[in-house]
Amino acid sequence: MSAPGVPAAAPRRLAALGHFVADQPLFVLGAALLAVVAILAMLAPAIAPYAPNAIDFGEKLKQPGWDHLMGTDSLGRDIFSRVLFGTQTSLMIGVSVLVVSMAIGVPIGLAAGYFGGRVDSILMRVADVFLAFPPLLLPITITAMLGAGLFNAMMALAISWFPWYARIVRASVISIKSEAYISAARTLGLPTLRIILRHVLPNSYGPAIVQGSMDFGYAILATASLSFIGIGARPPAIEWGLMVAEARSTFLANWWTAASPGAAIFLTVLAANLVGDGLRDILDPRSVRRD
Amino acid sequence: MLKYAVGRLVMMLGILLGVLVVTFSISRVLPSSPIEVMLGHRPTPEQIEAVRISLGLDQPLLVQFFHYVVQVLQGDFGTSLRTGRPVLADVLSRMTATFELTLLAALLVGAIGIPLGVLLAVRRNTPVDFVGRTTTLAGASFPLFMIGMLLQMVFYGGLGRLLPLQGRIGSETLLDYPFPPTTGLYLIDSALAGQWPALVDAAAHLVLPVLTLAIASLAVITRFTRNTMLEVLNLDYIKTAWAFGVPDRRVYFRLALRPTLIPMLTIAGLTLGLMLGGSVIVESVFDWPGLGSYVVAAIAQNDYPAVMAVTLFLATLYLAINLVVDILYYVVDPRLRNAA
Repeated sequence: MSAPGVPAAAPRRLAALGHFVADQPLFVLGAALLAVVAILAMLAPAIAPYAPNAIDFGEKLKQPGWDHLMGTDSLGRDIFSRVLFGTQTSLMIGVSVLVVSMAIGVPIGLAAGYFGGRVDSILMRVADVFLAFPPLLLPITITAMLGAGLFNAMMALAISWFPWYARIVRASVISIKSEAYISAARTLGLPTLRIILRHVLPNSYGPAIVQGSMDFGYAILATASLSFIGIGARPPAIEWGLMVAEARSTFLANWWTAASPGAAIFLTVLAANLVGDGLRDILDPRSVRRD
Repeated sequence: MLKYAVGRLVMMLGILLGVLVVTFSISRVLPSSPIEVMLGHRPTPEQIEAVRISLGLDQPLLVQFFHYVVQVLQGDFGTSLRTGRPVLADVLSRMTATFELTLLAALLVGAIGIPLGVLLAVRRNTPVDFVGRTTTLAGASFPLFMIGMLLQMVFYGGLGRLLPLQGRIGSETLLDYPFPPTTGLYLIDSALAGQWPALVDAAAHLVLPVLTLAIASLAVITRFTRNTMLEVLNLDYIKTAWAFGVPDRRVYFRLALRPTLIPMLTIAGLTLGLMLGGSVIVESVFDWPGLGSYVVAAIAQNDYPAVMAVTLFLATLYLAINLVVDILYYVVDPRLRNAA
């Protein structure tokens, strides 16, 4: 890879970075987009020109312009400020759904893969039941059980998605279980929990990370869908899917009421997908690469 | 063959039992208990006790679950608290609307997505592939409801009501050109009755919802087809064929096509599953009178028998699709046949 005359350390590092950007342009683009979203979420209170829930009927349904960069909605609220504050909600959704579904799924996958036998078949049959529902139907049903609301919608997604993590982790645990270093740890008489946490887990979470980076986006997308059909976020929460739902009565005549929150969902989910796709290439040496 | 199919069926029935546990628990943990829904505000303790006993809620959970399963097996899904009709009748009358929508969308996705995915795999690492991969990634990130609203904006708003905004057929059309519900699929029923204006109107109402559902899944299916096709093209015997100078066309259409039948089955099952899940959102956008909009309305009003029935119905349908796919695996994959 590196050229013959070895350059000084700093330029070499820069060159390596350049190589990486050239090799994974979409991954870098996605990561940059996510960074922008994170920064906007932190700075939202400082940048937003209006209070996101401030109603002003005198200013309702204004077109995008200098006063209102993305226009105003049917209640005269500034859409730009609302989209900005929506980044906070979306990041929170992505992180919470991911953390909860991994917290349930990864230990189950570790246990099923490592112990095998009856533990494995019981856990996997339970996972099968969760995977028996068409996509989005289970989160809808669980939200219906828990009651509409942003928190319940997020929990419903986490509960619906944990079997995927359990399956992915189980598969990679099974593939490394017979490796010499695991047998060695066992022969040495290390405690089982220690073997799982120190030797199995660190070598089996790669595929789960790839899935997780994609699910970060899908969590935002699915929550927006639940909000759209009226069982996710509810006012005064500021959530992009809810904003689109609220624009349903106005968007035909006033396109901007739905366009900006819709574009925000799209860009954030796309960023997560680009990162996930890139991570798959980087972490999985077997994946089909450009030659 | 029979042994394999029966094995799969038994496994599916096991999962179905788990699904029944999930749907059963809907009625037990729903935020407002069925009693509240039935009796309204502030019922007297005596009323509550009477309803509890009449619903069998005083029995142990396991007994209640057993009663529920028996009722389901008898086709008794209770009465909808919202429409006041038997849930089964509601589901049957709305099911065909969802079928018409999802089947047409699935056909469209299959007809476009699969050839497109194969093309991207064949042209891998070329600009065509790069554009295709990027577009499909973007497509998978686009919210389903935004696709629908965008189409509404263009074809109803922008192009001056070129296509209808929502619904399954114009109510005036239905009055002027009535047709009997033979199959429940409007396209077929109106054609059978020779009511051509009704056929045209029903078709016009189908265009946008079908397009929305298809576009949303197209990205996923194209990507999946591309990746599985690439795996096949990476198999040793295909590489060998190339090394021996077998013509491209023969490699793609004779040698690579047969092993792709197996992943194609997976894709077909996946497509139908995506359609069933997505139909809930699409029906909400287009006010389509199918199961999706039915369940959304039911949730809004705590109509738990309806939510339970639709969830059970869609999950069973999805399981049945997967069962068919599993059995077809056996038909096309000689390895499974020889193992048995």
